[in-house]
Amino acid sequence: MPPIIEIRNLSKEYRLGRSLQRNENFREFLKRKLSAPVHALNGSKVAAGSNNNQQDRRFWALQDVSFDVAQGEMVGLIGRNGAGKSTLLKVISRITDPSSGSVVVRGRMASLLEVGTGFHPELTGRENIFLNGAILGMRKAEIISKFDEIVAFAEIEQFLDTPVKHYSSGMYVRLAFAVAAHLNPEILVVDEVLAVGDAAFQKKCLGKMNAVSRGGRTVLFVSHNMAAVENLCQRGIVLERGRAVFDGSSKDAVHHYLTSFSGMPDSDGHIIDLTAASRISVVGPLLKRMELFTEDDRPLLEGMKIGARLKVKIHFDLPNPTNSFNIGLGFNDFFGQRMFTAHSQFEPDRTTTERVGPQVFVCDIPSLTLMPGDYTVRVWLDIGNTEADLINDAARITVIESDYYQTGKVPWNGTFVLKHRWYLEQAADERKLKASGVSADNA
Amino acid sequence: MSSFELTIRPRKGWQPLDFKEIFLYRELLSFLIWRDIKIRYRQTLLGGLWAVLQPLIAMLIFTFVFHRLAGMKSDGPPYPLFAFAGLTAWTFFSTAVSQSSNSLVSNQQLVSKIYFPRIFIPLGAVGALLLDLAFSLALLLLMMVYYRWPVSVNVLLLPIFVLGAVLAASGFGLILSALNVSFRDVKYAVPFLVQMGIFVTPVIYPIHYIPERWQMLMGLNPMAGVVLGFRYALLGSAAPWSVMGGSLAVSLTLFVFGLLVFRRMERRFADVI
Repeated sequence: MPPIIEIRNLSKEYRLGRSLQRNENFREFLKRKLSAPVHALNGSKVAAGSNNNQQDRRFWALQDVSFDVAQGEMVGLIGRNGAGKSTLLKVISRITDPSSGSVVVRGRMASLLEVGTGFHPELTGRENIFLNGAILGMRKAEIISKFDEIVAFAEIEQFLDTPVKHYSSGMYVRLAFAVAAHLNPEILVVDEVLAVGDAAFQKKCLGKMNAVSRGGRTVLFVSHNMAAVENLCQRGIVLERGRAVFDGSSKDAVHHYLTSFSGMPDSDGHIIDLTAASRISVVGPLLKRMELFTEDDRPLLEGMKIGARLKVKIHFDLPNPTNSFNIGLGFNDFFGQRMFTAHSQFEPDRTTTERVGPQVFVCDIPSLTLMPGDYTVRVWLDIGNTEADLINDAARITVIESDYYQTGKVPWNGTFVLKHRWYLEQAADERKLKASGVSADNA
Repeated sequence: MSSFELTIRPRKGWQPLDFKEIFLYRELLSFLIWRDIKIRYRQTLLGGLWAVLQPLIAMLIFTFVFHRLAGMKSDGPPYPLFAFAGLTAWTFFSTAVSQSSNSLVSNQQLVSKIYFPRIFIPLGAVGALLLDLAFSLALLLLMMVYYRWPVSVNVLLLPIFVLGAVLAASGFGLILSALNVSFRDVKYAVPFLVQMGIFVTPVIYPIHYIPERWQMLMGLNPMAGVVLGFRYALLGSAAPWSVMGGSLAVSLTLFVFGLLVFRRMERRFADVI
């Protein structure tokens, strides 16, 4: 029997210059097109280069990736941000064309690259089930026959006729999952969507995924949740800079991925230039640069382990002398939910001398206890009572699995980890004895 | 494993339409149209009334300015009927072109996160406006009762002209929505072009105001034939078939051209949008 998915020498190139100049308008486009032959005639590389030195920067999101997936296999794709996982899923799902190579898909495929694609806030839960179902490739008859099941799975019976804009984010996610979970394709392609929702619901979804694969269907699964990859998938493929660098059992793949974090090559990936970022600024582009560091002041280049140190240096300008300025950092999850806010106002030992000109504010978080996943960082500068400059997606931080509790087990479920202790009642009595000075505390 | 097999490769150049796939996804087109209709007038006070309010108010203003003040005559029926029949067709066209040319950009999330035949997005936007057109036509019939103007037997040919309007709007919509993905200039150009378009289309004035030897040129305007056809079919106005036929042929050509251009450009949508 031929493999259900056959990927051969697949490459995808993005041109960061020419075709991807998002903000170019038609006049600039014409000017560029018309001036190209002139530059060529003059042989003036300088003119072309100085004009737009990023023009021809090419970026291979996928390079020569080949593998087969047999029917009924559940394959986990893992890799750091920008390794090409999502691009690979997009090519397989036909959202974007490959630059070269081919994919043969032998079966009805449904892909779930985002939770609730096509949900419309103004439509009710009931209406969105139909719309989303249709967008994901379900027939109307199929949706009708599964409707009750979907509603029960999402636990939203009472709110079925409420517009989803009034839903809590939990309800929204549950409904979106419920629709997707009832798809019945031969091949299911899923991108990092299990990382959300509350623990109980996540468990329910994982169970559903498991049932899907046991039902003989093929699943391609991208996740930063290594525990999920290990538990759900038999096979794991690690992508690194667009290449498939490891293909084997999911356990070995996870191991390969986690160990590849040590000994990172030198680069300045931890320095983020903010001058050109899109921002909301009242006073002007005052935020200049952000630098990320982790344990021992090492630059944070890729993922950081749960509970590792995060040190953020923010370079900014103060146009006028002032002693009333503050920097805020907001950590948002996949859904834009604020997980944690750090603000220099919360610093008890904050010095309040008057400053002007370039400044560097350092925020030191000794242990960032967020669960594995991708987080975006919002940064803003307050001067007096005004939000002088704000950048929404200033940086992205990936938290990766680690043995946070030092038990050899990776934490699962929930939004963050907290140090905590467990003891049996009896032990509590002993503690009392200890506390009263009979013996020394072990803490 | 089903017999279904799909090969994904880089595509280059012109692409044929994939009719099999369009058939497979046909239900989605109706869902997209249904969605657009559902959300268009959500949280508005007047709701569906907006569908007829726009041509109605334009008709009142045109009747006052061009008929009363400037003394413009219709080609037979009372001027308000004449103007409203033309405006019904024109409003459908202009709204459909603006909505569909923005459709890909306003459905960015769909384009970059899921696959289905992309042509459904601009076509769905046009399709959703057919309901507004129906409301508008119903109001026109009421006005005809009020003015005691008989419905012509030509009304049997109305579907042809509605089709002409749909093809013309879709043709423009397909091309402009695809261009809009790369060049947001489209967003600014379309309202202006639509505003100018009404003057080169016989909406306000009857066709016989134009010297006969120039009338043929009107046939190049896809909407000229539709506007004339609406009056011909509903009000029984005389209309030169040379112009109407020309317009319909242009509409059809534009639609086919639009499909081809769209297919050629669509492979880059997800990367650029």
